[in-house]
Amino acid sequence: MILPLTLENASYLANGRELLSDLSLTLSAGTRTVVLGANGAGKSSFLRLCHGLIKPTSGIVKWHASENTRRHQAFVFQRPVLLRRSALANLVFALRANGVARSRHKELAEKALLQVGLIDQSAQPARSLSIGEQQKLAIARALVLSPEILFMDEPTSSLDPEATTEIENLVNDLHTAGTKIVMSTHNLRQAKRIADEVIFIHKGRMAEQTPAEEFFNFPKTDEAKKFLV
Amino acid sequence: MKSLWEAAATAFDLIWSFDTALVEIVVLSLRVSFFALIFAAAIGLPLGAFLAVKSFPGRSFFVAILNALFGLPAVVVGLLVYLMLSRTGPLGIFGLLYTPAAMIIAQAVLITPLVAALSRQTVLSFHQEYDEQLRSFGITALGSIPTLLWEARFSLSVVLLAGFGRAIAEVGTVMIVGGNIEHVTRVMTTAIALETSKGNLNLAVALGIVLLLISLLVNLASQAVTALSNRWQGVSSS
Repeated sequence: MILPLTLENASYLANGRELLSDLSLTLSAGTRTVVLGANGAGKSSFLRLCHGLIKPTSGIVKWHASENTRRHQAFVFQRPVLLRRSALANLVFALRANGVARSRHKELAEKALLQVGLIDQSAQPARSLSIGEQQKLAIARALVLSPEILFMDEPTSSLDPEATTEIENLVNDLHTAGTKIVMSTHNLRQAKRIADEVIFIHKGRMAEQTPAEEFFNFPKTDEAKKFLV
Repeated sequence: MKSLWEAAATAFDLIWSFDTALVEIVVLSLRVSFFALIFAAAIGLPLGAFLAVKSFPGRSFFVAILNALFGLPAVVVGLLVYLMLSRTGPLGIFGLLYTPAAMIIAQAVLITPLVAALSRQTVLSFHQEYDEQLRSFGITALGSIPTLLWEARFSLSVVLLAGFGRAIAEVGTVMIVGGNIEHVTRVMTTAIALETSKGNLNLAVALGIVLLLISLLVNLASQAVTALSNRWQGVSSS
Protein backbone atom coordinates (compact mmCIF):
# COMPACT_ATOMS: atom_id res chain seq x y z
CA MET A 1 0.00 0.00 0.00
CA ILE A 2 1.47 3.34 -1.04
CA LEU A 3 -1.42 5.41 0.33
CA PRO A 4 -1.89 7.71 2.10
CA LEU A 5 -0.08 10.44 0.21
CA THR A 6 1.01 13.35 2.34
CA LEU A 7 1.98 16.85 1.22
CA GLU A 8 3.77 19.03 3.75
CA ASN A 9 4.12 22.71 2.86
CA ALA A 10 4.68 21.76 -0.76
CA SER A 11 5.22 24.61 -3.20
CA TYR A 12 6.08 24.70 -6.86
CA LEU A 13 7.63 27.55 -8.80
CA ALA A 14 7.98 27.78 -12.57
CA ASN A 15 9.76 30.67 -14.30
CA GLY A 16 9.79 32.62 -11.06
CA ARG A 17 6.02 32.29 -10.62
CA GLU A 18 4.56 30.31 -7.73
CA LEU A 19 2.00 27.94 -9.27
CA LEU A 20 1.38 26.02 -6.04
CA SER A 21 1.87 27.50 -2.59
CA ASP A 22 2.35 25.83 0.76
CA LEU A 23 0.08 22.82 0.24
CA SER A 24 -0.40 20.58 3.27
CA LEU A 25 -2.90 17.74 2.98
CA THR A 26 -3.38 13.99 3.02
CA LEU A 27 -4.95 11.83 0.30
CA SER A 28 -6.28 8.62 1.85
CA ALA A 29 -7.52 5.41 0.26
CA GLY A 30 -11.18 4.74 -0.39
CA THR A 31 -12.64 8.10 -1.33
CA ARG A 32 -13.21 9.84 -4.64
CA THR A 33 -11.42 13.14 -4.29
CA VAL A 34 -12.42 15.84 -6.73
CA VAL A 35 -10.06 18.77 -7.18
CA LEU A 36 -12.05 21.92 -7.92
CA GLY A 37 -10.96 25.37 -8.91
CA ALA A 38 -11.23 27.98 -11.62
CA ASN A 39 -9.16 27.78 -14.80
CA GLY A 40 -5.54 28.48 -13.96
CA ALA A 41 -6.04 27.85 -10.24
CA GLY A 42 -3.38 25.13 -10.24
CA LYS A 43 -5.45 21.93 -10.47
CA SER A 44 -3.30 20.32 -13.16
CA SER A 45 -0.08 21.32 -11.43
CA PHE A 46 -1.43 19.86 -8.19
CA LEU A 47 -2.15 16.49 -9.83
CA ARG A 48 1.26 16.49 -11.52
CA LEU A 49 2.95 17.29 -8.23
CA CYS A 50 1.16 14.42 -6.49
CA HIS A 51 1.98 11.99 -9.32
CA GLY A 52 5.64 13.07 -9.39
CA LEU A 53 5.70 14.59 -12.87
CA ILE A 54 6.92 17.80 -11.25
CA LYS A 55 9.03 18.04 -8.12
CA PRO A 56 8.17 20.44 -5.30
CA THR A 57 10.43 23.48 -5.19
CA SER A 58 10.06 23.38 -1.44
CA GLY A 59 8.22 21.14 1.01
CA ILE A 60 7.60 17.40 0.89
CA VAL A 61 5.48 14.99 -1.15
CA LYS A 62 5.56 11.65 0.64
CA TRP A 63 3.94 8.29 0.03
CA HIS A 64 3.28 5.83 2.86
CA ALA A 65 5.56 3.28 1.16
CA SER A 66 8.63 4.56 -0.61
CA GLU A 67 9.45 1.71 -3.01
CA ASN A 68 8.11 1.44 -6.56
CA THR A 69 5.42 4.05 -5.92
CA ARG A 70 5.10 4.80 -9.65
CA ARG A 71 3.94 1.25 -10.38
CA HIS A 72 0.92 1.72 -8.15
CA GLN A 73 -0.21 4.95 -9.78
CA ALA A 74 -1.70 5.92 -13.11
CA PHE A 75 -2.52 9.25 -14.74
CA VAL A 76 -5.14 10.11 -17.33
CA PHE A 77 -4.49 13.40 -19.08
CA GLN A 78 -6.99 15.97 -20.27
CA ARG A 79 -6.16 15.09 -23.87
CA PRO A 80 -5.44 11.39 -24.32
CA VAL A 81 -1.83 10.76 -25.30
CA LEU A 82 -1.91 7.53 -27.27
CA LEU A 83 0.89 5.73 -29.04
CA ARG A 84 0.74 5.30 -32.80
CA ARG A 85 -0.16 1.65 -32.43
CA SER A 86 -3.32 -0.40 -32.16
CA ALA A 87 -5.62 -0.01 -29.17
CA LEU A 88 -4.46 -3.37 -27.82
CA ALA A 89 -0.76 -2.50 -28.33
CA ASN A 90 -1.22 0.68 -26.28
CA LEU A 91 -2.31 -1.40 -23.31
CA VAL A 92 0.43 -3.99 -23.84
CA PHE A 93 2.97 -1.15 -23.83
CA ALA A 94 1.74 0.05 -20.42
CA LEU A 95 1.86 -3.49 -19.03
CA ARG A 96 5.41 -4.01 -20.30
CA ALA A 97 6.53 -0.68 -18.87
CA ASN A 98 5.01 -1.70 -15.55
CA GLY A 99 6.97 -4.96 -15.50
CA VAL A 100 3.98 -7.29 -15.90
CA ALA A 101 4.91 -10.78 -17.17
CA ARG A 102 4.67 -11.02 -20.98
CA SER A 103 2.47 -14.13 -20.80
CA ARG A 104 -0.30 -12.09 -19.15
CA HIS A 105 -0.25 -9.07 -21.50
CA LYS A 106 -2.90 -10.15 -24.00
CA GLU A 107 -5.31 -11.52 -21.42
CA LEU A 108 -5.14 -8.42 -19.20
CA ALA A 109 -5.29 -6.00 -22.13
CA GLU A 110 -8.35 -7.69 -23.65
CA LYS A 111 -10.07 -7.75 -20.27
CA ALA A 112 -9.53 -3.99 -19.88
CA LEU A 113 -10.74 -3.30 -23.42
CA LEU A 114 -13.84 -5.35 -22.70
CA GLN A 115 -14.42 -3.37 -19.53
CA VAL A 116 -14.40 -0.02 -21.36
CA GLY A 117 -16.38 -1.38 -24.33
CA LEU A 118 -13.58 -1.19 -26.88
CA ILE A 119 -12.89 -4.88 -27.45
CA ASP A 120 -14.19 -4.68 -31.04
CA GLN A 121 -11.69 -1.88 -31.75
CA SER A 122 -8.69 -3.69 -30.25
CA ALA A 123 -6.85 -3.98 -33.59
CA GLN A 124 -7.76 -0.47 -34.73
CA PRO A 125 -5.09 2.25 -34.75
CA ALA A 126 -5.59 4.03 -31.43
CA ARG A 127 -5.40 7.50 -32.89
CA SER A 128 -8.10 6.79 -35.45
CA LEU A 129 -10.68 6.27 -32.66
CA SER A 130 -13.12 9.06 -31.79
CA ILE A 131 -11.99 11.43 -29.04
CA GLY A 132 -14.40 9.82 -26.56
CA GLU A 133 -13.10 6.35 -27.44
CA GLN A 134 -9.53 7.60 -27.15
CA GLN A 135 -10.22 8.84 -23.64
CA LYS A 136 -11.84 5.51 -22.75
CA LEU A 137 -8.77 3.77 -24.12
CA ALA A 138 -6.56 6.03 -21.98
CA ILE A 139 -8.61 4.97 -18.96
CA ALA A 140 -8.33 1.31 -20.00
CA ARG A 141 -4.58 1.79 -20.21
CA ALA A 142 -4.63 3.14 -16.67
CA LEU A 143 -6.93 0.52 -15.20
CA VAL A 144 -5.07 -2.40 -16.84
CA LEU A 145 -2.24 -1.58 -14.43
CA SER A 146 -4.59 -2.07 -11.43
CA PRO A 147 -3.35 1.15 -9.84
CA GLU A 148 -3.91 1.87 -6.20
CA ILE A 149 -4.49 5.52 -7.09
CA LEU A 150 -5.65 7.04 -10.37
CA PHE A 151 -5.12 10.72 -11.15
CA MET A 152 -7.39 12.20 -13.80
CA ASP A 153 -6.91 15.71 -15.13
CA GLU A 154 -10.26 16.98 -16.43
CA PRO A 155 -10.76 13.77 -18.42
CA THR A 156 -14.15 14.77 -19.84
CA SER A 157 -13.53 18.43 -20.66
CA SER A 158 -13.63 17.87 -24.43
CA LEU A 159 -16.25 15.12 -24.52
CA ASP A 160 -19.95 15.14 -25.36
CA PRO A 161 -22.51 14.35 -22.60
CA GLU A 162 -22.87 10.69 -23.61
CA ALA A 163 -19.12 10.04 -23.55
CA THR A 164 -18.89 12.00 -20.29
CA THR A 165 -21.47 9.72 -18.67
CA GLU A 166 -19.57 6.65 -19.87
CA ILE A 167 -16.32 7.97 -18.41
CA GLU A 168 -18.04 8.81 -15.11
CA ASN A 169 -19.45 5.27 -14.96
CA LEU A 170 -15.94 3.90 -15.49
CA VAL A 171 -14.64 6.13 -12.71
CA ASN A 172 -17.31 4.82 -10.37
CA ASP A 173 -16.52 1.21 -11.37
CA LEU A 174 -12.86 1.80 -10.57
CA HIS A 175 -13.80 3.35 -7.23
CA THR A 176 -15.99 0.35 -6.40
CA ALA A 177 -13.08 -1.94 -7.29
CA GLY A 178 -10.98 -0.15 -4.68
CA THR A 179 -8.96 2.38 -6.69
CA LYS A 180 -8.45 5.76 -5.09
CA ILE A 181 -9.69 8.42 -7.55
CA VAL A 182 -8.24 11.92 -7.64
CA MET A 183 -9.90 13.86 -10.42
CA SER A 184 -9.83 17.52 -11.34
CA THR A 185 -12.72 19.32 -12.96
CA HIS A 186 -14.20 22.78 -13.21
CA ASN A 187 -17.64 21.29 -13.84
CA LEU A 188 -19.64 21.67 -10.63
CA ARG A 189 -22.39 19.26 -11.63
CA GLN A 190 -19.86 16.58 -12.42
CA ALA A 191 -18.12 17.20 -9.11
CA LYS A 192 -21.44 16.77 -7.28
CA ARG A 193 -22.08 13.48 -9.09
CA ILE A 194 -18.68 12.01 -8.32
CA ALA A 195 -17.08 13.55 -5.26
CA ASP A 196 -16.85 12.05 -1.80
CA GLU A 197 -14.35 14.72 -0.88
CA VAL A 198 -13.45 18.07 -2.43
CA ILE A 199 -10.11 19.82 -2.55
CA PHE A 200 -10.71 23.40 -3.59
CA ILE A 201 -7.71 25.22 -5.01
CA HIS A 202 -7.63 28.98 -5.41
CA LYS A 203 -4.64 30.78 -6.94
CA GLY A 204 -2.32 27.88 -6.20
CA ARG A 205 -3.34 27.54 -2.57
CA MET A 206 -5.58 24.92 -1.04
CA ALA A 207 -8.60 26.81 0.25
CA GLU A 208 -10.54 23.77 1.46
CA GLN A 209 -10.37 20.00 1.82
CA THR A 210 -13.78 18.88 3.04
CA PRO A 211 -16.37 16.13 2.51
CA ALA A 212 -18.31 16.86 -0.68
CA GLU A 213 -21.69 17.41 0.94
CA GLU A 214 -20.28 19.87 3.40
CA PHE A 215 -18.37 21.73 0.68
CA PHE A 216 -21.39 22.15 -1.59
CA ASN A 217 -23.79 23.09 1.21
CA PHE A 218 -21.59 24.93 3.67
CA PRO A 219 -18.42 26.19 2.02
CA LYS A 220 -16.05 27.68 4.57
CA THR A 221 -14.09 30.18 2.52
CA ASP A 222 -15.25 33.22 0.59
CA GLU A 223 -13.41 31.97 -2.52
CA ALA A 224 -15.36 28.69 -2.43
CA LYS A 225 -18.64 30.53 -1.87
CA LYS A 226 -17.95 32.74 -4.91
CA PHE A 227 -16.98 29.69 -6.98
CA LEU A 228 -20.20 27.90 -6.09
CA VAL A 229 -22.48 30.80 -6.98
CA MET B 1 19.36 19.49 -80.80
CA LYS B 2 19.52 16.49 -83.08
CA SER B 3 22.41 15.00 -81.13
CA LEU B 4 20.46 15.44 -77.86
CA TRP B 5 17.52 13.45 -79.20
CA GLU B 6 19.86 10.83 -80.62
CA ALA B 7 21.62 10.60 -77.27
CA ALA B 8 18.28 10.23 -75.49
CA ALA B 9 17.12 7.52 -77.90
CA THR B 10 20.37 5.60 -77.52
CA ALA B 11 20.17 6.10 -73.75
CA PHE B 12 16.71 4.51 -73.65
CA ASP B 13 18.09 1.62 -75.72
CA LEU B 14 20.85 1.15 -73.15
CA ILE B 15 18.36 1.17 -70.29
CA TRP B 16 15.88 -1.05 -72.10
CA SER B 17 18.53 -3.63 -73.01
CA PHE B 18 20.03 -3.62 -69.48
CA ASP B 19 23.43 -2.64 -70.86
CA THR B 20 26.12 -4.39 -68.75
CA ALA B 21 28.21 -1.26 -68.15
CA LEU B 22 25.14 0.74 -67.20
CA VAL B 23 23.79 -1.93 -64.85
CA GLU B 24 27.17 -2.33 -63.18
CA ILE B 25 27.39 1.40 -62.44
CA VAL B 26 23.79 1.65 -61.22
CA VAL B 27 24.12 -1.41 -58.95
CA LEU B 28 27.35 -0.09 -57.43
CA SER B 29 25.75 3.33 -56.85
CA LEU B 30 22.76 1.77 -55.11
CA ARG B 31 24.97 -0.54 -53.05
CA VAL B 32 27.30 2.25 -51.89
CA SER B 33 24.48 4.64 -50.98
CA PHE B 34 22.44 1.89 -49.29
CA PHE B 35 25.30 0.85 -47.00
CA ALA B 36 26.16 4.51 -46.34
CA LEU B 37 22.55 5.02 -45.29
CA ILE B 38 22.68 1.97 -42.98
CA PHE B 39 25.73 3.39 -41.18
CA ALA B 40 24.27 6.91 -41.11
CA ALA B 41 21.00 5.57 -39.67
CA ALA B 42 22.80 3.44 -37.07
CA ILE B 43 24.62 6.53 -35.79
CA GLY B 44 22.30 9.39 -36.75
CA LEU B 45 18.97 8.07 -35.43
CA PRO B 46 20.07 7.32 -31.84
CA LEU B 47 22.29 10.42 -31.77
CA GLY B 48 19.44 12.65 -32.93
CA ALA B 49 17.05 11.06 -30.44
CA PHE B 50 19.58 11.42 -27.62
CA LEU B 51 20.03 15.13 -28.36
CA ALA B 52 16.25 15.54 -28.45
CA VAL B 53 15.46 13.94 -25.08
CA LYS B 54 18.52 14.32 -22.89
CA SER B 55 19.51 17.61 -21.32
CA PHE B 56 23.19 18.11 -20.57
CA PRO B 57 25.55 21.07 -20.39
CA GLY B 58 26.66 22.08 -23.87
CA ARG B 59 23.75 20.46 -25.68
CA SER B 60 22.91 23.65 -27.58
CA PHE B 61 26.52 23.94 -28.71
CA PHE B 62 26.52 20.31 -29.84
CA VAL B 63 23.28 20.83 -31.78
CA ALA B 64 24.74 23.95 -33.42
CA ILE B 65 27.80 21.93 -34.51
CA LEU B 66 25.53 19.21 -35.87
CA ASN B 67 23.48 21.71 -37.83
CA ALA B 68 26.68 23.27 -39.19
CA LEU B 69 27.89 19.83 -40.33
CA PHE B 70 24.51 19.36 -41.99
CA GLY B 71 25.49 22.03 -44.49
CA LEU B 72 29.12 20.98 -44.88
CA PRO B 73 30.26 21.13 -48.53
CA ALA B 74 30.53 17.62 -49.97
CA VAL B 75 34.01 18.15 -51.41
CA VAL B 76 35.30 19.15 -47.98
CA VAL B 77 33.93 15.88 -46.57
CA GLY B 78 35.61 14.07 -49.47
CA LEU B 79 38.89 15.82 -48.74
CA LEU B 80 38.74 15.01 -45.01
CA VAL B 81 37.93 11.36 -45.63
CA TYR B 82 40.69 11.26 -48.28
CA LEU B 83 43.20 12.58 -45.74
CA MET B 84 42.06 9.99 -43.18
CA LEU B 85 42.26 7.08 -45.63
CA SER B 86 45.38 8.08 -47.59
CA ARG B 87 48.57 6.12 -47.00
CA THR B 88 49.90 8.73 -44.58
CA GLY B 89 46.54 9.21 -42.84
CA PRO B 90 45.51 7.59 -39.54
CA LEU B 91 43.41 4.94 -41.33
CA GLY B 92 45.86 4.48 -44.20
CA ILE B 93 46.92 1.01 -43.03
CA PHE B 94 43.54 -0.41 -44.04
CA GLY B 95 44.17 0.46 -47.71
CA LEU B 96 40.60 1.59 -48.29
CA LEU B 97 41.27 4.57 -50.56
CA TYR B 98 39.80 4.13 -54.06
CA THR B 99 37.55 1.27 -52.99
CA PRO B 100 33.75 1.16 -52.64
CA ALA B 101 34.30 0.99 -48.86
CA ALA B 102 35.92 4.44 -48.99
CA MET B 103 32.92 5.78 -50.88
CA ILE B 104 30.56 4.24 -48.33
CA ILE B 105 32.52 5.89 -45.50
CA ALA B 106 32.55 9.24 -47.29
CA GLN B 107 28.83 9.19 -48.04
CA ALA B 108 28.05 8.03 -44.51
CA VAL B 109 30.13 10.91 -43.09
CA LEU B 110 28.30 13.28 -45.43
CA ILE B 111 24.75 12.24 -44.54
CA THR B 112 25.09 11.25 -40.86
CA PRO B 113 24.79 14.90 -39.68
CA LEU B 114 21.76 15.32 -41.95
CA VAL B 115 20.10 12.18 -40.55
CA ALA B 116 21.00 13.12 -36.97
CA ALA B 117 19.85 16.75 -37.25
CA LEU B 118 16.53 15.90 -38.93
CA SER B 119 15.99 12.98 -36.53
CA ARG B 120 16.56 15.31 -33.58
CA GLN B 121 13.90 17.71 -34.84
CA THR B 122 11.47 14.88 -35.54
CA VAL B 123 12.03 13.06 -32.24
CA LEU B 124 11.86 16.36 -30.34
CA SER B 125 8.27 16.95 -31.45
CA PHE B 126 7.34 13.39 -30.43
CA HIS B 127 9.19 13.82 -27.13
CA GLN B 128 7.18 16.97 -26.37
CA GLU B 129 3.99 15.04 -27.06
CA TYR B 130 4.84 11.88 -25.11
CA ASP B 131 7.18 13.12 -22.37
CA GLU B 132 4.69 13.28 -19.49
CA GLN B 133 2.90 10.08 -20.48
CA LEU B 134 6.13 8.10 -20.68
CA ARG B 135 7.39 9.53 -17.40
CA SER B 136 4.03 8.60 -15.90
CA PHE B 137 4.84 5.00 -16.90
CA GLY B 138 8.16 5.38 -15.06
CA ILE B 139 10.23 5.49 -18.28
CA THR B 140 13.38 7.64 -18.13
CA ALA B 141 14.53 10.04 -20.84
CA LEU B 142 17.10 7.57 -22.17
CA GLY B 143 14.67 4.68 -21.80
CA SER B 144 12.16 6.57 -23.93
CA ILE B 145 14.46 6.67 -27.00
CA PRO B 146 13.44 3.29 -28.51
CA THR B 147 9.76 4.13 -28.00
CA LEU B 148 10.11 7.57 -29.56
CA LEU B 149 12.09 6.21 -32.53
CA TRP B 150 9.36 3.65 -33.11
CA GLU B 151 6.54 6.17 -32.72
CA ALA B 152 8.30 8.48 -35.19
CA ARG B 153 9.00 5.63 -37.61
CA PHE B 154 7.02 7.10 -40.51
CA SER B 155 8.54 10.56 -40.22
CA LEU B 156 11.99 9.06 -39.75
CA SER B 157 11.56 6.94 -42.88
CA VAL B 158 11.18 10.18 -44.80
CA VAL B 159 14.35 11.49 -43.11
CA LEU B 160 16.22 8.35 -44.23
CA LEU B 161 14.90 8.70 -47.76
CA ALA B 162 16.15 12.30 -47.79
CA GLY B 163 19.56 11.01 -46.64
CA PHE B 164 19.59 8.37 -49.36
CA GLY B 165 18.62 10.97 -51.94
CA ARG B 166 21.50 13.21 -50.92
CA ALA B 167 23.98 10.32 -50.88
CA ILE B 168 23.18 8.89 -54.28
CA ALA B 169 23.12 12.29 -55.99
CA GLU B 170 26.50 13.27 -54.56
CA VAL B 171 29.51 13.55 -56.88
CA GLY B 172 32.44 15.46 -55.32
CA THR B 173 33.01 13.23 -52.30
CA VAL B 174 32.95 9.91 -54.12
CA MET B 175 35.10 11.31 -56.90
CA ILE B 176 37.84 12.24 -54.41
CA VAL B 177 37.87 9.05 -52.33
CA GLY B 178 36.71 6.61 -55.02
CA GLY B 179 38.74 7.86 -57.93
CA ASN B 180 36.08 6.94 -60.50
CA ILE B 181 37.90 3.71 -61.47
CA GLU B 182 36.08 1.71 -64.14
CA HIS B 183 34.55 -1.56 -62.84
CA VAL B 184 35.68 -0.68 -59.29
CA THR B 185 34.47 2.68 -58.02
CA ARG B 186 32.56 4.22 -60.91
CA VAL B 187 29.12 5.31 -59.79
CA MET B 188 26.39 7.13 -61.65
CA THR B 189 27.34 10.70 -60.75
CA THR B 190 31.07 10.30 -61.42
CA ALA B 191 30.36 8.38 -64.62
CA ILE B 192 28.05 11.15 -65.86
CA ALA B 193 30.75 13.74 -65.18
CA LEU B 194 33.39 11.68 -66.94
CA GLU B 195 31.31 10.61 -69.95
CA THR B 196 30.07 14.17 -70.49
CA SER B 197 33.62 15.50 -70.47
CA LYS B 198 34.56 12.81 -73.01
CA GLY B 199 31.59 13.75 -75.20
CA ASN B 200 30.00 10.29 -74.76
CA LEU B 201 26.54 11.62 -74.14
CA ASN B 202 24.69 8.32 -74.68
CA LEU B 203 25.84 6.69 -71.44
CA ALA B 204 25.77 10.02 -69.58
CA VAL B 205 22.13 10.66 -70.54
CA ALA B 206 21.15 7.06 -69.78
CA LEU B 207 22.70 7.35 -66.31
CA GLY B 208 21.08 10.76 -65.86
CA ILE B 209 17.67 9.26 -66.64
CA VAL B 210 18.24 6.40 -64.18
CA LEU B 211 19.36 8.89 -61.51
CA LEU B 212 16.25 10.98 -62.12
CA LEU B 213 14.06 7.88 -61.90
CA ILE B 214 15.67 6.89 -58.60
CA SER B 215 15.16 10.41 -57.29
CA LEU B 216 11.52 10.24 -58.40
CA LEU B 217 11.08 6.85 -56.74
CA VAL B 218 12.56 8.17 -53.49
CA ASN B 219 10.12 11.08 -53.54
CA LEU B 220 7.19 8.80 -54.33
CA ALA B 221 8.27 6.54 -51.48
CA SER B 222 8.33 9.57 -49.13
CA GLN B 223 4.80 10.50 -50.15
CA ALA B 224 3.63 6.89 -49.77
CA VAL B 225 5.13 6.71 -46.28
CA THR B 226 3.41 9.98 -45.30
CA ALA B 227 0.07 8.76 -46.69
CA LEU B 228 0.45 5.45 -44.85
CA SER B 229 1.29 7.32 -41.65
CA ASN B 230 -1.80 9.53 -42.00
CA ARG B 231 -4.03 6.54 -42.67
CA TRP B 232 -2.64 4.73 -39.61
CA GLN B 233 -3.44 7.76 -37.50
CA GLY B 234 -6.88 8.29 -38.98
CA VAL B 235 -5.86 11.56 -40.62
CA SER B 236 -7.11 12.23 -44.12
CA SER B 237 -4.23 12.86 -46.49
CA SER B 238 -4.44 15.73 -48.91
